[in-house]
Formats: sequence, structure tokens, C-alpha cells
Amino acid sequence: MIKKEVIIIGGGITGCSIAYHLAKMGLSNVAVLEKQYLTSGATGRCGAGFRHQWGTESNCLMAKYAIAKLMNLKEEVDFPRDLEIKLGGYLIVAFSPEMETQLKKNIALQNRLDIGTRWVTPDEIKGIAPLLSRDGLYGGAFYERDGHANPFLVTEAYARAAQRMGVEIFTYTEVHDIKIEGGTKTLLTNRGEFASPVVIDAAGAESARMAQMVGVSLPIYPYRHQILVTEPVEPALGPMVLSFENHLYCQQTPHGSFIMGLGDPNEPVSFNISSSRQFLHEMAQKATKLLPALGQVHVVRQWAGLYDMSPDSQPILDHLPGMEGFYVAAGFSGHGFMIAPLTGELVAQEILGTPSTLPMEMFRLERFAKENIVMETSVV
Amino acid sequence: MDDDNTIICRCEDITLAKLKESIAAGAKTLEEIKRLHRLSMGPCQGRTCLSMAKRILAEQSKSEVGRVSLPTCRPPLVPLKLGVLAEGEDKP
Repeated sequence: MIKKEVIIIGGGITGCSIAYHLAKMGLSNVAVLEKQYLTSGATGRCGAGFRHQWGTESNCLMAKYAIAKLMNLKEEVDFPRDLEIKLGGYLIVAFSPEMETQLKKNIALQNRLDIGTRWVTPDEIKGIAPLLSRDGLYGGAFYERDGHANPFLVTEAYARAAQRMGVEIFTYTEVHDIKIEGGTKTLLTNRGEFASPVVIDAAGAESARMAQMVGVSLPIYPYRHQILVTEPVEPALGPMVLSFENHLYCQQTPHGSFIMGLGDPNEPVSFNISSSRQFLHEMAQKATKLLPALGQVHVVRQWAGLYDMSPDSQPILDHLPGMEGFYVAAGFSGHGFMIAPLTGELVAQEILGTPSTLPMEMFRLERFAKENIVMETSVV
Repeated sequence: MDDDNTIICRCEDITLAKLKESIAAGAKTLEEIKRLHRLSMGPCQGRTCLSMAKRILAEQSKSEVGRVSLPTCRPPLVPLKLGVLAEGEDKP
């Protein structure tokens, strides 16, 4: 039996960021349990982008604080490698007056929160992303402080820094069951038992299954997203191009490869993470229509991952109802990687009972009981 | 030839020294080395490097080659142009 003050389930970016922030704030008697290896779930399968451009206040604020922290991470944790941060901006394109209206509404919200997004015309877009077809284009929302970072290395940076301060990371350690006796939670794993007064469920798409082990239903469900990567070529595309109308995103990484993905509105809820031939075809059609020059670039690999969806596409950071010491940090709905630097700080503040960087009401489970849920619609 | 000048993954220029360093730093599987150092992520998708990397991981971790699993093999089997994929049939 291994005893800790805090046990985190999940070795993705969220779990590692929470572990790092707890240790940094003085609580290092912490274990991270990961069923495979670090980043093996959603983190290592994501599109590797970060953006300020959201449609709800809570997502905008999370992003703003998180990205500011990401910019200083390498120095803060003294990480020896480059985190592959590229500030090429995000260009969110509009092909209809309706999308133009929605994007301009988002820009107004973002500007009010001191995020410098601006509307750009097709002529300006020619300068920002010359590869982009301007056929039927109304314009776009652009912010040059959005960009790319390497999810494997950002996670590694947090994990190594946490370990240096005393956090223990147990990989290939899968939680099979959780027992609660008095204030103590005992986690039964394939590598023996772990016990702690505080458990943090950061298991992504599996987070609802973890909560179910202690009899609580979480409104979080898995949702497959498919993605592909091409061979590396010379730098040709500065910004991440995002089209809500096509459910598509595409960016060129600092390595030179293009990463692109599609959201499928008809995707059934399931834990399926296999790749489909239909995706490859549809992705290729939409990408080459938007960026015709990409027709000459070779696809080398496709894969899929699971979004951990919440009812309003915004995260849940809260204690399970009536269960002191069982905390959930999940429901990131496809943007867990980019806000993780702040997620870790907020959760550590909650566990340690210190003042929060942001008001926490907007992340509570209680919000789903209200009649009008504020939906984040700016998602692929 | 020394380890610093022995290339194992030629698509991504990963040397034998880098591979050994990664294993010494705690990597237990080829999946982990792939994600941290891009082993087998280039155009050949590991056709050249993975059999060598597998043997090196077994040696360095005092295991057997048969016990080292390969990273998930992902489609497409050979690199294909987006333009060619876009032309394909529309029916499922």
C-alpha cells in the first residue's frame, strides 16, 4: 500500500500540470497514476494548437491566463528542450454572413477581455495566409498570439519538474476500483493499492468511469475526433486555419508537417479510436478545397482520439457532490491541452484552499442544473 | 562508428546515442520514444528504424526482443498525396 496526500488519476497534460502546481505550492507528497505512458490519451492525440478566440467568457479567460503561463513555461521549469511554440496566429474563416456575425460577436467579447483579435478582410487574408483559397470567403477573425506547442514536450516539462520536487509518477498503472472508508480513498490498481485523503480525477474521456466507481454519474462522454499528419515541407502556412462551417482545422507545425482534423457532427458517442478511410477522403477533399496547394503534399499517418465532452463544451473543475476530497478536472471538450497551464494552477489552489486566480463558479457542476446553459459554440 | 554518428531513424535523424539516452531517462516502450523524439514518425513510418530500435530497447533494458512491442501501425500504409485522396470515390 502506497500512501500519499494527493493521488491524481491520469498522466495527460491536465494531471501533470496539477501535480506540478501542487508541488510548486508546497504539496509534493503526490502520486500520478497513468494506465499507459504520459500523453497516451487525448493529450498525445490532439491538434497541438492554442487559441484565445472563444465564444464564452470562461473559455476566453481560461485561455488568456493559460497561454500567458505557457509562454514562460520553459524558463519557469528550466526545461532543456524547445517546446516548439509557434506564434503564427489562428485565422478563423467565415464563408457566410451568419458566420461573419458570430465571429464579430466573439471578437467583441474577446476585445472586452483584452484579447486583441481583429476582423480581417479577404484582401488582408491574402497577406496572412497566401495559400488559402479566397473563393466565397467573407473574411476572418485573426489573433497573432494564438499558435502551436508540442503537447508531448509540454507534458514532459511539467512531469519532470513535478518529479524533481518529489511527485511520483506511476506509468502502466491502471485504476480498477476505488473504495472510500471514512476520509480515505483506496485505489486498487494492477500495481497494488494506493491510499489518499484526496483523489483528483483527470482521466479525460475515462473520467466518468472513475467517478462511477464511487457511485457518481458525471455528465462527461467520449467523442472521437480523427486527425492526420503530412510529410514535413518548407514553411508555407503561418496561422492555424479554422473553419467552423467545415468543422475543420489545419496548421503547419514548426517541424514542417501539416496537422489537420475534422469534427463529425454525426459521430456516435463511444470509446472507438480507430481510423476510418472515409475520414481520409473527406479531410483531403475539404483541405484541398480550402488550401489547394496541399494537394501535392503526402499524408504519412492518421489517428484518432477522444474529446472528453461536457454538456456546454467547457471544463468541469469541482468536488463530486457530497464527496469531500474527490475532485474532478475533466470535460475539456477538445481544448484541455491549451488551457492546462491554468487548470493545474486552479485545481492546486482549490486543493490547498488558497485564493483562486479566476472565479470558480463557472466551472462547477451546478451550472448544468440551470435552465439556460451557456454553450461554447466556437468548437470544431 | 560512435553512437553520436550512428543514425537509427533516418527520416528524423535520431542517433543511437539519443535512443540510449531516452531509454536511460526512463522510456519503457518504443511508443514513448516515438512521442518524445519523433522516432518512426517520418515518411517511412518506421520501416527502416523500428526493427533496430526494438533490438536496442531490448538490449538496454535487459529484456528480450520478443517482449518489446512495436508502436501502433497507422494508415495509410504508404504516403499518399492529399490531392489523390481527395479524388477517391464518395461512397462509403
